[in-house]
Amino acid sequence: MPAEQTDSILVADGIRRTFGGLTAVDVDHLEIPRHKITALIGPNGAGKTTLFNLLTGFDEPDAGSWTFNGQDVSGKAAYKVARLGMVRTFQLTKVLSKLTVLENMRLGPTGQRGERFWSAPFQFLWRGQEDANTERARELLARFKLDAKEQDYAGSLSGGQRKLLEMARALMVEPEMVMLDEPMAGVNPALKQSLLGHVKSLREDGMTVLFVEHDMDMVRDISDHVIVMAQGKVIAQGTPADVMGDQRVIDAYLGEHHDTDITQERATEETS
Amino acid sequence: MDIITGTLSAAVSVQAAYFCLAAIGLNVQFGYAGLLNFGQAGFLAVGAYGFAVAVASFELPFFAAVAVGLGCTALLALLLGIPTLRLRADYLAIATIAAAEVIRLFFGATFREYFKGRDGVSGFTADFQSVNPFDSSVLGFRPGEFWVMVVGWTLVVLSSVFVWLLMRSPWGRIMKGIREDEDAVRSLGKNVYSYKMQALVLGGLIGALGGLVLALGQNSVQPDNFNADLTFIVYTMLILGGAARIFGPIFGAIVFWAALSFIGAVLTKLTRGDDPFIPSWLMTDNQVGSVRFMVVGLCLMALMIFRPQGVFGDRKEIALDAR
Amino acid sequence: MRLRAILLAGIVGILSVLLLGLPSQASDVGGDEADEGPTTVVSGTVRNASDENKPVEGVTITATPDATGEEVEATSDEDGEYEMEVPALGRTVIAIDVDSLPDDVSLAEGAPTELTPVLDVGRPSFTAIFRVGQSESTAIGTLDQLAQNVYNGLYFGIILALGALGLSMIFGTTGLTNFAHGEMVTFGAIMTYTFNVAVGMNIFLSGIIAIALSALFGYLQDRYFWRILRHRGTGLIAMMIVSIGLQFFLRNVFQFFTGGRTENYNDFTTPSGISAGPVTFSMRDVYCMIIAIVLLTVVAAALKFSRVGRAARAISDNPALAASTGINVDRVVTLVWTVGVALAGTCGIILGFSQSVKFDLGAQILLVMFAAITVGGLGSISGAIIGSIIVGVLVETSTLIIPSELKIAAAMFLLIVILLVRPQGLLGNKERIG
Ligand SMILES: Nc1ncnc2c1ncn2[C@@H]1O[C@H](COP(=O)(O)OP(=O)(O)OP(=O)(O)O)[C@@H](O)[C@H]1O
Ligand SMILES: [Mg+2]
Repeated sequence: MPAEQTDSILVADGIRRTFGGLTAVDVDHLEIPRHKITALIGPNGAGKTTLFNLLTGFDEPDAGSWTFNGQDVSGKAAYKVARLGMVRTFQLTKVLSKLTVLENMRLGPTGQRGERFWSAPFQFLWRGQEDANTERARELLARFKLDAKEQDYAGSLSGGQRKLLEMARALMVEPEMVMLDEPMAGVNPALKQSLLGHVKSLREDGMTVLFVEHDMDMVRDISDHVIVMAQGKVIAQGTPADVMGDQRVIDAYLGEHHDTDITQERATEETS
Repeated sequence: MDIITGTLSAAVSVQAAYFCLAAIGLNVQFGYAGLLNFGQAGFLAVGAYGFAVAVASFELPFFAAVAVGLGCTALLALLLGIPTLRLRADYLAIATIAAAEVIRLFFGATFREYFKGRDGVSGFTADFQSVNPFDSSVLGFRPGEFWVMVVGWTLVVLSSVFVWLLMRSPWGRIMKGIREDEDAVRSLGKNVYSYKMQALVLGGLIGALGGLVLALGQNSVQPDNFNADLTFIVYTMLILGGAARIFGPIFGAIVFWAALSFIGAVLTKLTRGDDPFIPSWLMTDNQVGSVRFMVVGLCLMALMIFRPQGVFGDRKEIALDAR
Repeated sequence: MRLRAILLAGIVGILSVLLLGLPSQASDVGGDEADEGPTTVVSGTVRNASDENKPVEGVTITATPDATGEEVEATSDEDGEYEMEVPALGRTVIAIDVDSLPDDVSLAEGAPTELTPVLDVGRPSFTAIFRVGQSESTAIGTLDQLAQNVYNGLYFGIILALGALGLSMIFGTTGLTNFAHGEMVTFGAIMTYTFNVAVGMNIFLSGIIAIALSALFGYLQDRYFWRILRHRGTGLIAMMIVSIGLQFFLRNVFQFFTGGRTENYNDFTTPSGISAGPVTFSMRDVYCMIIAIVLLTVVAAALKFSRVGRAARAISDNPALAASTGINVDRVVTLVWTVGVALAGTCGIILGFSQSVKFDLGAQILLVMFAAITVGGLGSISGAIIGSIIVGVLVETSTLIIPSELKIAAAMFLLIVILLVRPQGLLGNKERIG
């Protein structure tokens, strides 16, 4: 365990969430290292999304507590968690399809003067801030190859484009840690490569990234640290190389088929 | 010819102004923020009664009484919003309609020394009429009535401008976001609950101004002015004009009210007299009211089915496909 | 499309300004109303509360609109009913002439002799109620009264459950919050009245015909209306607003035909009471309750155990999945509508005995039904029944503490409290909410 000596941005203890008889999440201890890219992997139904929901305040756990930047955030409302700098995206994208792409982006920044009731009617109070936000939004959109679409309704975007927009929008919040739930699902390989570069540059900028991903090549490629979940529990963690050699991880992913390589298995699954 | 003038005077009447205000308020809640408030009548009632009782029983000056009316409305919105704004849309609908009904029954049956039971409160416009700048009929409207119309339409314009200013701002953007997917907005660090509350209060206050105009116009308020039918008529107006549009509620309220008056006048004419055009075995003039409201029902159904975006709206924009 | 709409609006606007500006027409706008504006009917029934609510004949009622100042007068007939046409709108003073009351009859203590409603075009008729005679109930002890109210509440709750179960079934399978369900209740009562009084048939036969017609009404309604909307992909909230339109329409159709009058069936209108301890009841009500309980049991059991019932529950969980497992979703939903409206109609038929037949009989209890199914848990079958009984008892016993005009408010209040503390209802399933 990388525990005490490394600097952890998020530390969670004893988180449990059950749905009726099913224990979706049962994590004893979890740490996310600061300024690193951490991958959260595990088979379908392992509880990854549920864990995201719990950590970000979108769901309430049966038990457990966690801190972000040393501050207790367990049970805090979702919007407060986001404001503290922990912003997530959704596995099933939640773009606001009746707003334009640019408006979606402008919704991101916190502390906008124009979002306050009493200053909202007076444009001169928020005009400057809005222009600055728009400029930043355009830069990000260009990076995510969405700049040509800025005036389109988000509802007209393709599935992959929605993923991109949601990620870009989350970055507009300027979070300290961004949590991406399968950000690359459905994004074409060429763009994926450039985005991986972008995610790495986020780390260079001092951001912490936690992402869920099924593509092992990608996990190996960009993550510094990997956490493996199965049936609600964290079964292994460490560097990508360590984790992927771990027998328990292979068992969890493959069940009976011990002898196949993880990445190959994924690949055949996807082509079939 | 008097049918036409009657219709046109209905279009600019005190009633039309008060329906406009009710619909503008509802537009903030339902049109922009997607809140299914089925208790708009309750907000109007509290605004009107708050003002009326403050003058009639406590002899407060005009503006103080207005403040009482609006204050009570804001309080109602808070009380109602706290438990219900976290609930699913259809629960909010049931809770608000129930609350409006409780309010109406309450005004009709309690504190009779203030609310005067089902007869309602009356005689509270002396202060207001004492500053009436009109001393003779204008365009055939009595001076007292015309003064209320002037004030009513001024309020319509002011609140529309205010709503327009709000809705083009980042504040309005958040409202439209909430209407579509609150979780997305929440994930970006916005306090969705607080914004919904702001929409509920603002819409309620604009509705309460409508209640105030009604009270001034008829110089009395009765519980029965504020039954659930009122809310549904206002919905019909809003949807006719187009929800989430600045001119939607104004257009809808004016046109719909004028149309109702027109239908009423025509049917009355056709059923009146010794040898009415419509034979009396088919319909008598007592049944005109029912027929008019059948039209309300049919319009609401037809609009919802064939043109839910109304005259001005954008079909892609309104909050009807959500749960 | 937009452009055309704006153009149209603009033309209408300009025309109206122009026409208004014409002085010759405008000058008679004000006088118009008084000359031949619409009229309103003021009607009512004078009954003596001290004497088994028997009608009082020969009582004079006057109505004086402020607008004209001219008095209109009417006298109650042998059924205690009176009716008059008031040729103006606006505030009107309606008064009862106390001297015209028979010597042994007087107004209730503290009851007003004058009402001052504002008559509106929107209100084609106004029912003036004067409280004549002292209601005897004040003489009974509170505990006995409580027993009686609990009985009344149980009775009301069981009958209400018929309507609430229908509402809940439809909500459970289709997700529709049906605001027109009250009109389904009224429909049953009005059909029974039509066959029993207007056609002159036996009450039992009338009731059975009314139930059959209600079922047919439910069938046709789903087959040729709601199903089409579902197939068009109309959203649930849109459908809910459509149901509000339907409510408006049907209620006013009923009013068109019944004219706002309160009517009774020919038979069993005043059954003789049987006293058992502190509680007085009638055999009519007992039979009604038995019929209701049998129906509720049969329907609840069918939903629980029959194949169609299981299919209905599968559809409520996941319509697409249900369809893919070979369930004919449309058939099942139509059946649910048929049974649901038949139940509502039965509820109306029975309520017609105790509350009389009126165009808004069902509309009056719509919110009470909502309260019942919310208390029990939206979409839950047993919840609808238990919720109805809880709400029924609450409504009736609340009159011991609060004025009886407010008894519906007690149900609304419970509804709001339940939403506050346990929105999924007493028997509801927590996971499905939020
Ligand atoms: N709201 C809910 N109600 C009931 N069960 C739920 C709910 N949400 C999640 N579950 C269950 O919890 C388990 C974990 O689900 P979760 O979505 O967290 O998996 P995941 O690891 O994100 O899977 P995937 O890789 O497919 O996205 C699953 O078995 C799922 O069925
Ligand atoms: Mg997941």
